[in-house]
Amino acid sequence: MNLRGRTVALVVVLLLLAAVPPVAALLNEPFYLDLFRRIMIFAIAALSLNLILGYGGMISFGHAVFLGVGAYAVGILAHHGIASGYVQWAVAIVASALVALAIGAISIRTSGVYFIMITLAFSQMLYYLGISIEEYGGDDGMRLTVRSQFAGLVSLDDATAFYYLVFGLLVLFMFLVHRLVNSRFGMVIRAARSNEARTRAIGFSPYAYRLTAFVIAGAMCGVAGALLVNQTSYLTPEFMNWTRSGELMFMVILGGIGTTLGPVLGAAVLLLLEDFLSGWTVHWQIILGPLLVLAVLFAKRGLAGLLPGGGRDE
Amino acid sequence: MSDALLDVRALSKSFGALRATDRVDLDVREGETHAIIGPNGAGKTTLIGQLAGNLRPDEGRIRFAGEDITALAAPARSRKGLARSFQITSIYREFTALDNVALAVQAHAGHSFRFWRPARAEAQLRDPARAILDEVGLGGRADVLAANLAHGEQRQLEIAMVLATRPRLMLLDEPVAGMGTDESQRMVRFLGTLKRRRTMILVEHDMDAVFTLADRISVLVYGRIIASGTPEEIRANPEVRSAYLGEDAEG
Repeated sequence: MNLRGRTVALVVVLLLLAAVPPVAALLNEPFYLDLFRRIMIFAIAALSLNLILGYGGMISFGHAVFLGVGAYAVGILAHHGIASGYVQWAVAIVASALVALAIGAISIRTSGVYFIMITLAFSQMLYYLGISIEEYGGDDGMRLTVRSQFAGLVSLDDATAFYYLVFGLLVLFMFLVHRLVNSRFGMVIRAARSNEARTRAIGFSPYAYRLTAFVIAGAMCGVAGALLVNQTSYLTPEFMNWTRSGELMFMVILGGIGTTLGPVLGAAVLLLLEDFLSGWTVHWQIILGPLLVLAVLFAKRGLAGLLPGGGRDE
Repeated sequence: MSDALLDVRALSKSFGALRATDRVDLDVREGETHAIIGPNGAGKTTLIGQLAGNLRPDEGRIRFAGEDITALAAPARSRKGLARSFQITSIYREFTALDNVALAVQAHAGHSFRFWRPARAEAQLRDPARAILDEVGLGGRADVLAANLAHGEQRQLEIAMVLATRPRLMLLDEPVAGMGTDESQRMVRFLGTLKRRRTMILVEHDMDAVFTLADRISVLVYGRIIASGTPEEIRANPEVRSAYLGEDAEG
């Protein structure tokens, strides 16, 4: 496969993302800063889903639950006066890892449609839990009065600094996932996805590896949740609604399952289309739906597959 | 009781009313090639499945190298040295031939909770895998995607993966199934070269392959072993002739 083409595409996309703040400043359109920061946050979430869905073959239909856990960790601590970002984010990561451990430990014993349904059920459980807790805004959600504080490091109230923090985290996570999926560990989860019977027959017990991947993905998505609540300055159970999980799934599939760049492209295209079409008509979903169907039918390897060096990673 | 490498006693498995494995006893000695033959539907693959740990027997027990492994699942049996190939080729189609074999090496090289170093750059996985590909005659096809290999080559690749686990006992389920005459002869020749060094259970329809390779043969009919012995004994056995070989000769 064309390694160089893929690297070039990756570098181009990252350079474009890096160039957004100066370009937005030049055009005097701060809105774009906000939009692309949101895109990158969802790209991180999609990237984490891609680890288990694209490489691990675990079709989780409840991945947004970890966005919610990360966001609630930050929101709840802030509500009780703990504004330190270090504490908030550490709690967000640990809490989403623990929730992933609990959900994964049960769901990974199943497969196929049962796995999809169980992950969906767990995420809906937590969604309704979020709705029912009045102290943290219940159904309506609540405002995040103060963003996570990283004293001496970065201020999230500085839109550009926040943007580059998200950008840095996205690049970091892309690199981490890349290393992970090519390591011995990554080879095992990919092998188990490709042919489970063969994997067991040569001596791997896939369960522990899959569960570990599930926990890593959950923790990573928890970071995206912590970023998201800082982005919106608003905490709402809608972060973990099943439609959100569906969107994440769609970003992965649209962008290209099992590719490094795919989730970023998928998040960008989906959110840009959403933004563009919703500015045009209130019935934008009627247009978006068929477009997505066409994309799936005619770009089977996703957008990454259409790029010069595209297609599935080695 | 017995110093056989594999010692199977009174193994039984039913699917509803069908007794697919009916009180099967089987001994396989270290170094021997033991063929299991039988007409279609005799329960050969069901038996192999129970030996490999993919299916749980209803009754009976399996001892391997002196240890009761009846309750062990397939991965644990593989780690103890029992390796199987499947009747329908089972490989990683979207990985290269070398990746396929390297994965089998990796499965027997300690745990795989190693998250950072690229596995494809690890000489201790790649070198043995390359050597095994050479051994089965796929050395020149190492970097070809398994899906793009010819059918016969895929069968060879599966044998390579079995070998890569350094098994004490190989369970080969119809290794020459679906192969052309040339390919199948080459495979039989290759298995013949392994014969002296490896212990094998060979399930096979191809009688030429069986009588060329086997030291002993067990005949399975309706889940029951009706005869067990050397190729000459099996050929001469009247019960086997009427139940199986006879049909073959007339059909």
